[in-house]
Amino acid sequence: MTPVQRFERLADLLAADPDLRRRGRWVEAECRVEIGAEPFHLAIRGGAIEEFARGPRLLRSVAFSIRGTDEAWRRHWQRVPEPGWHDLFALTKRGEASIDGDLRPLLQNLQYFKDLLALPRRLTEGH
Amino acid sequence: MAPAFEPMIGRYLRTEIDGVPHRIYFEEAGQGIPLVCLHTAGADGRQYRHLMSDPEVTRRFRVLAFDMPWHGKSTPPDGWQKDEYRLTTASYTAAIRAFCQAMELDRPVAMGCSIGGRIVLNLAIAHASEFRALIALEAADFQQPWYDTAWLHRPDVHGGEVCAALVSGLIAPQSPSAARHETLWMYMQSGPGVFKGDLYFYRVDGDLRDKVEAIDTTACPLYLLTGEYDFSCTPEDTLRTARHIPGAEVQIMKELGHFPMSEYPAKFREYILPVLERIASRS
Repeated sequence: MTPVQRFERLADLLAADPDLRRRGRWVEAECRVEIGAEPFHLAIRGGAIEEFARGPRLLRSVAFSIRGTDEAWRRHWQRVPEPGWHDLFALTKRGEASIDGDLRPLLQNLQYFKDLLALPRRLTEGH
Repeated sequence: MAPAFEPMIGRYLRTEIDGVPHRIYFEEAGQGIPLVCLHTAGADGRQYRHLMSDPEVTRRFRVLAFDMPWHGKSTPPDGWQKDEYRLTTASYTAAIRAFCQAMELDRPVAMGCSIGGRIVLNLAIAHASEFRALIALEAADFQQPWYDTAWLHRPDVHGGEVCAALVSGLIAPQSPSAARHETLWMYMQSGPGVFKGDLYFYRVDGDLRDKVEAIDTTACPLYLLTGEYDFSCTPEDTLRTARHIPGAEVQIMKELGHFPMSEYPAKFREYILPVLERIASRS
């Protein structure tokens, strides 16, 4: 599976994780996540993904954006990621990912978003 | 059935640090060579509980872990509310030396992790004769910052949760779940602004580049151990630091991150026992 194909399964992965949805029950945010060149727009309410749209959404405002290279996400989502690729901030520190916008909703719910973005790790080849 | 006690006991020590009265909480277990353990920023001495429960360690070492002022069960000094807490190289060094002197420890071994590792380097630079050996975990003379510490203390972000969420990525993926989450639990409990105040030392005041070359490892052996998953103090940071210190012994630890003693105690044991063995055999 390509990183984009993995990320497209995000809503299913979150639906299968009631603990993460519980921990995210106060999250109300719209954000943009870029998997390589492919943008996704996410609207999250009460810890669940209310809207998940692939592709450009012109003039759609979001609170924050998280961008990562294809390689960043591919290596981040290995079952046991290698050192330096295993955390969102490891990726930003090495320049393979970036975060911008209004970071407050991200930092207010940081563990939720880090765990959400790591969910595709659960997809092993063959699924 | 007898109560199932763990071997460590905790007490409060009254001592002055830089002329200011302090009430310091510490725990200890074992007997023999004093081994003073220094916790990471925004945490407390509980991080070393596994070491204090390990008979292989405590049969030859008196393991002591104190909570720094403002941390854990150590009380901040009177009037703390009037100032912003900021740890400095001088105040950190003074606290460690005050503890060792008040406890009348005879040339202890000092082992610190993260900021504790950084200050161990300063002990090696400035106070080597007071120590039998020094062990710096996750330590370097300088590290590149990877986030803005302004997020750590503000009313619209929960300090405990954001501190834990930030450092969670410094734990290796191999860390057992219970140990990982116990490590994070401790990070959720520091007082407002304490983690941020500790990082003042780390980021602003404690740059030891150009100073570590003064370390004389013949006066006091120095061991540097860093986990491969630590992207805050990277293995490269530690190896670079070690290159400037003739005689420093350095090891990169597999399957460990920034909190080796608490995130994966069984794995850390594989690395620290041989170091302690060498220190004991030299004593």
